[in-house]
Order: sequence, then C-alpha cells, then structure tokens
Amino acid sequence: MANVATETAKAPKTSKDWDMAAVAPFIALALLLVLGYFANPNFMTTANLLNVVTRSSFIAVIALGATYVITSGGLDLSVGAMLAFVASLMILFLNSGTIADPSLALAAGMALAIAIGAACGLANGLVTTIGRIEPFIATLGTMGIYRGLTTWLSQGGAITVRDRDIMTLYRPFYSGSVVGVPVPIIVIFVTATIAAFVLYRTRYGRHVTAVGSNEDVARYSGISINRVRTVTYVIQGLCVAVAVLLYVPRLGSTSATTGSFWELQAITAVVVGGTALRGGVGRIWGTICGAFILEIVGNIMLLSNFVSEYLIGAIQGAIIIIAMLVQRSLMRK
Amino acid sequence: MSSADASPAVPLFEATGLSKTFGVVEVLKDINLTVRAGEVHAIIGENGAGKSTLMKIIAGNQPPTRGEMKIDGETVTFSGPVDAEHRGIVLVHQEILLAPDLTVAQNIYLGRELHKGVFIDDRAMNEGAAKAVRGLGSDIDPNTIVSRLSIAQRQLVQIARVLLVPHRIVIFDEPTASLTPHETEALLKVIRQIRAKGVGVLYISHRLPEVKEIADRVTVLRDGKLVASHDTSELQPADMARLMVGRDVAKLYPDRHAAAVRETVLEVEHLNVPGYAQDASFQLRKGEILGFAGLVGAGRTELMEGMVGLRPSRGAVRHLGKPVNFRDVHASLKAGIVYLSEDRKGKGLLLTKDLIVNLTLASLGKFAGALQIDRKRESAALDKAIRDFDIRTGRKDILAGQLSGGNQQKLLLAKMMLLDPSIVIIDEPTRGIDIGNKEQIYKFIASLAEEGRSIIVVSSEMPELIGICDRILVMRSGRIVGEVTGDHMNENEIVVLATGVTKGEAA
Repeated sequence: MANVATETAKAPKTSKDWDMAAVAPFIALALLLVLGYFANPNFMTTANLLNVVTRSSFIAVIALGATYVITSGGLDLSVGAMLAFVASLMILFLNSGTIADPSLALAAGMALAIAIGAACGLANGLVTTIGRIEPFIATLGTMGIYRGLTTWLSQGGAITVRDRDIMTLYRPFYSGSVVGVPVPIIVIFVTATIAAFVLYRTRYGRHVTAVGSNEDVARYSGISINRVRTVTYVIQGLCVAVAVLLYVPRLGSTSATTGSFWELQAITAVVVGGTALRGGVGRIWGTICGAFILEIVGNIMLLSNFVSEYLIGAIQGAIIIIAMLVQRSLMRK
Repeated sequence: MSSADASPAVPLFEATGLSKTFGVVEVLKDINLTVRAGEVHAIIGENGAGKSTLMKIIAGNQPPTRGEMKIDGETVTFSGPVDAEHRGIVLVHQEILLAPDLTVAQNIYLGRELHKGVFIDDRAMNEGAAKAVRGLGSDIDPNTIVSRLSIAQRQLVQIARVLLVPHRIVIFDEPTASLTPHETEALLKVIRQIRAKGVGVLYISHRLPEVKEIADRVTVLRDGKLVASHDTSELQPADMARLMVGRDVAKLYPDRHAAAVRETVLEVEHLNVPGYAQDASFQLRKGEILGFAGLVGAGRTELMEGMVGLRPSRGAVRHLGKPVNFRDVHASLKAGIVYLSEDRKGKGLLLTKDLIVNLTLASLGKFAGALQIDRKRESAALDKAIRDFDIRTGRKDILAGQLSGGNQQKLLLAKMMLLDPSIVIIDEPTRGIDIGNKEQIYKFIASLAEEGRSIIVVSSEMPELIGICDRILVMRSGRIVGEVTGDHMNENEIVVLATGVTKGEAA
C-alpha cells in the first residue's frame, strides 16, 4: 500500500514539469512566426499580423469559454451552431424595427444576444448536469437543434441586417480601432484577462479546476458539482455571444453554414494551448496562443505556395492530434 | 553463492538480499526468503511493512533494486509477470480483477481463449472452467455472469483462473480481507489442497489466527526489513503481533481518561440508506470517540455517507437537538460535521494539485475576499497545518500525490479541521499508513476529543477501535447489531457480533 504513494512520488510532476507544458504552445507560436518570416516577406508586416490576430478573435473568444468547460471535465460541441443561432436571432431583432432609434435598437440587440447566448449555455449545462447526459451527446444534440433552427429561420438562405443606419453604427465594432489597435484584439485581451482572473484567482475558478481534477474529491469537499459545471456552460454561452457581437458587424449577415466546424477549431485552440482534455488543468493564455497558432498556420499557407489553402481543414485536424501527442509526452516525464 | 552442502535439498525458491528503493525511500531491505515444495509460508507484517512490494517482485511485477532470486537453484530474472508465470510463479491478487460482464468461463480463459480454427471453442472452455472450479470444491456454473457472483465466489473464480497456468509457487495476497469466517475456512481448505500437490504457497495476511492455522512457516516484515522467520509451531499469534509491531502493542494508543458523560450532540433514528443500511439508530455525545466495527461491506461507510448527504437517505437525524436533513455535503459541512473518506486518494485529495489547493479546498470561503483568494493567507494556513499536524514534506510546492500515505492523511485531517467542525467522522483513519504516523493520528484523534469535539471512527482494524474508542457499535449486513463498551471491548465479542457466528461455529 505504502509503495503506491512512493511510486507516484517517483514520477515527479512538480511545478517545473507543468511549466514545460505551459510554455510549449508559446514556443510553437514563436517557431511559426519564424517559419512565416522565411515563407513570405509580407508575413512579418504589422498590417498582416494585426489582420491575422483580428481574424482569430472569434475562435479565441469562443475558446476561452471552451477552456472553462473542458477544465471542469465537460465538452461543448454546439458552439459553432450556437453562434449562428444567436447571430441570426440578433439580426432578426435588428430587422424587426421594434425600436426605432438605431443606437437604442443596436444596444437592445446586443443585450439580447448576450441573454440568448447565456440561455443557450444554460440549456447545455442543465441537459448535461441535471439531465445527466454525457456532454458529448448532449451538446451534439443541441448542436443539431441550434443549427436546425438557424436553417429554419433563414429558410436555407441568408439573414442580413437591412437597416443601413444600424450597420454604419455597428461596423466599427469589428473594423474600428483604438489608438491603432483593432477593436477585436482589444476584446480578446480584455475577455482573456477577465477569464484568467476568474479561473486563477477566485473561489469559483478553483472549484472549476477541482471538479475537473477529481469530481469525487470536489463533492466530498462540499462543492456543488452540478452548479460549477452548469456555470461553465453559461460562461461558454456568454463567450459565444461576445463572438457574435464581433461577427455580426463584420458581414452583417448569417446563413445556415455560419460557424461550421468552429467547435473543432475552438477545441483545437484549447488543447493546443495546453489545457488537459480530461479536465483539471486550464490555461487561459495558452488557449489564446492556440487560437493565434491556428490562424497563423492558415495565413502562412495562404501566403506561401507550398500547400494548397484548401487543405487548411486537414492541417488543423493534424494540429490537434500533434498537440495531444506532445501533451502526453510532456505528462510522462 | 549457493552452497550445495548447506541444505540437502535445493529449495524450490530462494531469494537473497532482495531490496527495493523508490526514489530515496527504501521499502525493502535485504530480504532472504525460501519456499519449499509442499509448504505454506506466511508473510506477515503491518500495512506498509513491504509485504506487497516483496510479492510484486517475486511475481515479476517489479524488478528488485538489488538481490537475486533462484528457482531450483538456478538464478532467474523476470522481465514481467508473464515471464514469472512461465517459470511457474503465479499471484492471486488481493483485488478482484475480473471483467464483471463476462461469464465465469470467459473470465477464466480471458487472454488465452481456446479455439478451433478461427472460432472460439466455448464448449471446451466451459468444460475446462467447470473442472477448474470443481477442483476448488465449488459448483459455480461456468456460464454465470461474474457480476452475479458473491465476492467469495468471484475470488474463487480468480483463483481458478490463476491455477489454470502450470504453477509451482502460488502467492496469495491477503486473500481473506473481504471474506466471512465461513468463506475463509473454505479458502483455507483450497490452499491445503494446493499444498498437498507439492506446490509452494506464499501466504500474505495480517490475520494472525488464520496464519497460525494454515502456515508451516512464518516470516515477519517490519518497515521493509525481515525481523524474524520461524516455524509456525514455535509462535503464538500474540508473539507474531509483537514481532510485527516491534513493541508493546498497547503503547500505540494514547491514554484516554474516561470522559464524564456529556450532552448528546447527534441523534440518529431509524436511518435508512437504501441498499446499504437499514434502521440505524445511535447517539453521539460531546467529546466522545465512537467506533463503528464490522466486516467490509457491512454498510458502515454508506451509513456515514448517507448521514452527511453524500447518498440519499431516509430517517431522522437530530444535530444539537434540531432535526436536520443534509441534502449535500455543503450543508453538513456548514453544520460542522465533516467526513473523511476511507478512499483518501480517490475522494479525499487532489493528487495532481499542490498542498495549498488541497488544504483550502473545503474552506475556500475563509480565504476569499470580495473577489479573489488571498494567497498569503493560504500560504500561512499551510505553514500552520504543517506545524500542527506534523506533515513531513521537504518542500511546500510539491503535489499531494507525492506525500506518503501517512502525510496525506494528516493533510486531509488538516483540510477538514480548517472548517472547525464539532463532529468529525473518520473512515479507516490509518489504512495504508506506517506505524509511526499511525500513532500520531491516534494522538490527533484523542486530542480532538479532548477539545470537546465528537469523533466517529469507522475501521476494519479491531485493535485500533478497541485502542482509541469509548464505545463501539458493530454493524452486520447493513444493520447495527450491537454495542460493546468497557470490558466487553475485545476482538472476540466484536467478531461474534460482526459475523453473527460464534467462534466455535466458525471453526
């Protein structure tokens, strides 16, 4: 019996080893930047890099929520469909003309998106916790529901913001910039800072990690597992809503295929960032780094002529597998 | 090194100078051991004495750090358990390692299925399994799904599976830990049969009367060292106990002066934990240490878990005179009742997290301000816990899983004591803990009672309950069947209550 304890002691998982896992994604990012520099001289320009980071904002923000869900031991496959659904409802509200004043209408529309996002997340959370359905299956189901409702709302076509005043007012939310920094980049860093603070510094964050690390220990310590998990899904829903707020002003339109495969990209960003897929270890800044990596890979493929850009999906799929292999080899040490 | 003239017959198995170190901890030191054909050689020792490690080395699960092993005088090294099996050494594990959804025959032949061409030969396997099971004096149908069998029957299947391999040495690792006296007797009969065939048996146990009954020779381990090796006829169980513990056993437990009868803090009436405990009624007084004895599976743990809201339960619980019904642990913790699980590694501590996270997990509210957790206060709390509970750790930033069993238990105790509870329920407080830490934990328990807290100790170690408790309740098959106090607190009376069988009947 005693040797079990000493055996685990033999494989030291001290803070130093964990640091290696935490640093790995940033090293990968640095290597990619070097690769990009040699692939195309236009890569290392401020304009290109700002553009790349801006484009990564949707996945980055969604992946922040996914970091919470995965850290607590859950999974959410519905985020891409949820984004399309929430965005569609928001645009339909803006088009409804319920509020005449464009700025008031826009503010109400944004508030509505946040509320619907939270509600969608809550639905996911309750189905998995109270309904006791595996997160994989539960969110596979809601993914179908959100996607199907979007298709129905759009009748297979597109849903577009019709009011020009609102679009004029709203467009800077994506394309504008503050002292030279595009708004989406500011949004990434503000949401990530909040997410990091909550996960690392608050009681709730500690509970999320504990629940993902060992559900039984958390329960025996008086932590309400269902509450903690449900809230992670609500956080995920809120993050999707924030992504919607950035997405709608970009094109002013949604369709049945909006956000397709974004769940795959979000999960990839989380895993590439060093968060353990089995839960218990969450890395907010790693997730952001992972989202950047995904976008930069795409950008390099576009700028260079080595590989067809039609292979982006395949490359992203390969990245998640490589990331898992790297994570496992770092664990073993 | 073997000199042929030392013994007329070369022993079946011989180990010399076996040592094993994990990191800096030496868990086995220079063990010499022989097993002759046709004898039962018992290895006894406290938890953590190194018995299991020794058996794992002999069965090829772990290589020794130093030392050599010989079979028939020929030096051998094992690359793994399969290699040891080829040499005729087989191990019957303490835990039941069977696939619950497969049949008895499928389990017995798992991984070595018989086949005709590409098809599995179910009929041959069923016949083989039936024969193997009958050989052990049982009539279990080989078509039965294993999950329908009792623990004793599963163990028999496990033994049958192991014995299917041509074997010369069979190792039993605490095979009777979860058996009733009747089942134990049946198992000992099986072991005698195996011995009669000229097989060498290594028998690990800390149930001394049983060892006295079955073994031809006894080797005693303590703290990884071999302290004695004798013919069983030369030793009485009491001698064995003294050798195992290495000192007068009574000193292990703190002196407790009989507490004056004080007010009742907890009253439990007709509590039912569906499927596990029925109609449990008892009272707990302030400053009292109340023991719960019983066999494994008697429902003690489940009763406690039902009481604190970890399982659904029905019945009346009054805490300080007020009726309470804890829906979850949060509620019972708030009321000042803490439960320390027997499963320290699975339910008590986050093994991959550091000491601070573990220490404050149940009481984070005390360390959180309006927004964030005060890390300085957490760190100070860890320093205090390390001092108060004598947690031995070189560094403070290691993970909980890196602590030894005893220090993990102290950390768990420190974690729960941060809640300043009035009632402390400790399940198997010293399981897997070495003797030095055991003594300290008994002292902590006694001092918690001195402070006016009420303690419930659930334990399968009867000497421990007798040593520290004021009163002991005994459970059998989900019911509280009796209470022993004062002079009646002895192993005999507890065993009779726990098994429902008197000593004479059991033998």
